[in-house]
Amino acid sequence: MAEPAIELVGISKSFGPVRANHDIHLKVSRGTIHGIVGENGAGKSTLMSILYGFYQADSGEIRVGGKPVVIHSPNDAIAQGIGMVHQHFMLVENFTVLENVMLGAEGGALLKRGTAAARAELKRIEREYGLEVDADAVIEELPVGLQQRVEILKALYRGADILILDEPTGVLTPSEADHLFRILGKLKEEGKTVILITHKLREIMAITDSVSVMRRGEMVATLKTSETSMPQLAELMVGRSVLLRVDKASASPGKVLLSVRGLTVKDSRGVTMVDNVSFDVRAGEIVGVAGVAGNGQSELLEAIGGIRKAIAGEIVLNGETLDEATRRDPAALRRKGLAHVPEDRHHMGLVLPFEENENAILGYQNDPKYLSGPLLDLDAIRADAREKIRKYDIRPDNCRLRTANFSGGNQQKIVLSREMEQDPDVLIVGQPTRGVDVGAIEFIHRRLVAMRDAGKAVLLVSVELDEIRSLSDRILVMFAGRIVGERGAGATEQELGLLMAGVEQREAAE
Amino acid sequence: MDLFGDLVQVLASTVRLSIPLVFAALAGLYAERSGVFDIGLEGKMLFGAFAAASAAAWTGSAWLGLLAAVLTSVLLSLLHGYASITQRGNQIISGVAINFIASGLTIQLGNAWFGQGGRTPQLPNSARFTEIVWPFAREIAQVPIIGPVYAGLISGHNVLVYIAFLAVPFTWWVLFRTRFGLRLRAVGENPGAVDTAGLSVSWLRYRALICCGILGGFAGAYLSVAQSASFIREMSAGKGYIALAALVFAKWKPFNVLMACLLFGFLDAFSIRLQGKSLPVIGEMPVQLIQALPYILTVILLAGFIGKAIPPKAGGVPYVKER
Repeated sequence: MAEPAIELVGISKSFGPVRANHDIHLKVSRGTIHGIVGENGAGKSTLMSILYGFYQADSGEIRVGGKPVVIHSPNDAIAQGIGMVHQHFMLVENFTVLENVMLGAEGGALLKRGTAAARAELKRIEREYGLEVDADAVIEELPVGLQQRVEILKALYRGADILILDEPTGVLTPSEADHLFRILGKLKEEGKTVILITHKLREIMAITDSVSVMRRGEMVATLKTSETSMPQLAELMVGRSVLLRVDKASASPGKVLLSVRGLTVKDSRGVTMVDNVSFDVRAGEIVGVAGVAGNGQSELLEAIGGIRKAIAGEIVLNGETLDEATRRDPAALRRKGLAHVPEDRHHMGLVLPFEENENAILGYQNDPKYLSGPLLDLDAIRADAREKIRKYDIRPDNCRLRTANFSGGNQQKIVLSREMEQDPDVLIVGQPTRGVDVGAIEFIHRRLVAMRDAGKAVLLVSVELDEIRSLSDRILVMFAGRIVGERGAGATEQELGLLMAGVEQREAAE
Repeated sequence: MDLFGDLVQVLASTVRLSIPLVFAALAGLYAERSGVFDIGLEGKMLFGAFAAASAAAWTGSAWLGLLAAVLTSVLLSLLHGYASITQRGNQIISGVAINFIASGLTIQLGNAWFGQGGRTPQLPNSARFTEIVWPFAREIAQVPIIGPVYAGLISGHNVLVYIAFLAVPFTWWVLFRTRFGLRLRAVGENPGAVDTAGLSVSWLRYRALICCGILGGFAGAYLSVAQSASFIREMSAGKGYIALAALVFAKWKPFNVLMACLLFGFLDAFSIRLQGKSLPVIGEMPVQLIQALPYILTVILLAGFIGKAIPPKAGGVPYVKER
């Protein structure tokens, strides 16, 4: 094993009563790609934030190149040759690539001299690592993949030898992700050390040399990638064995329950986000909508769910063409049998300061079974909440707890239980497992399949291609607001990836 | 020819009326470009005007008056910074509080110190910024066109007017040609980018607010020791708000700020000129309507004529490191 580029010795960090990191030991060898996996909240991001100087550890030591160092701020980290590519890019969107790269390392109080030098240096780095970007392009006009490349360039420009990437592929198409992995491979060849944080086990298997697993703030294992497997990693992450594939029988679709015809939606700036979209969802099938985030899936879901105005098109629910008033009234839609699990549970699905039982009836509070006269029937509501907690294994099992105190996976289960237990005919679901840990994902997936098997129509929107592929009976791919293809359940990742990147559409247009 | 003379006069008074707006709008530009909204411009201007007039009355020096105005306004800026940067308070509320403080305290202190119902004593010309007559202005005043323009428009203003005109290209240069400017613009758009680049978000914003305070002091001093010769209660008369409107109108760009302020100044000058004059077709316009004209036009311009003004993205939001 080569000498360690970076070594963490006994790092601990608490936020109040929450132990985010506990006695973490980690060695990352120089010139390798080291993966760190773990569920949400396992402490991966906290650990990397400590390494990058955003937080200081309560105890423990960081060694870079064998020497103990003190990292109090990102400045110190940069000085130690540590660079970080954040999950949410830290770019100034109306600046050029060059300005973003220079920021914080301008080379003098006046920009003129430094700019020329920076331009030359940037060119050199681009050539060395095959990272071409137009230095004068404005960030907001670049596709996400290139924006990420600018983040990598920023780190290299500051002389980073150790590059930390936090969930880098979440926003990328499969082909962009492949490109990123080639870049990382190139960096490794040049002797750089890469730390890759992810929850996608397949990425770990594909490109890392070694992998560390975190669980509940502790480092539970460090393994050579070649000597481990996805099921083993998943088991280490969750602490028990996990079913990665969804077991389901083939679908037996019945009559059409949800039909969308020529739906067109514009956003507040007047940009067409959903462009003349038509499709059907039948009883007893899950229709998945795949696509890179921002291609209109969210707007489509919101338009069907009644929280966004469509400027054209019609929606037929259970054989009934919805009039404009109903379409804009989520409560009326719920009464007609359409349940909506919104993409963003924090902003739309839940009121976090509310108690669990209050959230468990949100949107159904006028249902007679929760009322006694004009008042809420608290006993009935709480009994109902306890029943859902039991059925969906929501933890902790306390319906009086503030919803904010539940973990992401359990919050998502609260939303799902609320919508599913109303026994809707049509369920539309956005990102059901975003920020949800592996164990809960398995549960949520099983529930969605159970809905389908009970003869419900399920429309599933997700940016996780694996999720779409393992759950859907039919897959629609959205690109630039249009449905650019429909594939069966057996579609390959490459095939869908090309569609998601809009490749076929462009060819058809030529 | 008389019409031309009138025009020069209106333009000259346009310049005089726009200067406090230029200073104040540039002050706001530094703050808002760094991501801190500053409703408190009005208060800084007012308190600055009071400090300038008081100091000039005591010391007999307009320059010391200006210094007092700048110091006062910077202090108010730091107060705003403490509330909105360090304590992450609401920037609008902090700004409004500063306006209240200025409005009340100037009258209170003025009364206590000078006993003239909130006014400060009338300043002699030696304690004011007075008109500077440029060389040969009188000699060539009679030359057609060039004469009146040189004598009436270019020459004959006080020194703060010229400083204001220089402050515009200077601000542009600072913003777009210096390291400080690059960082300032960055912190107003995405403080996270600045933080991860190893720079202090708070210190940058404080420095931006200090720039804002200095210019706010100039605006105040101009009102009381250049344009007039004493402080009168509420003499800023909403100019801080108009300056903010000009800033939006100018889309936070320095040269646009100058143009916007000149336009607002022109409307003001024009309305003064119109008073008591009879116009063709309409006849004599009521004074109130003429006085309201600049404000009405401001509303119309802001509502419809500038297209979409996109403010700095991080404006108004205190920076909290995300976990």
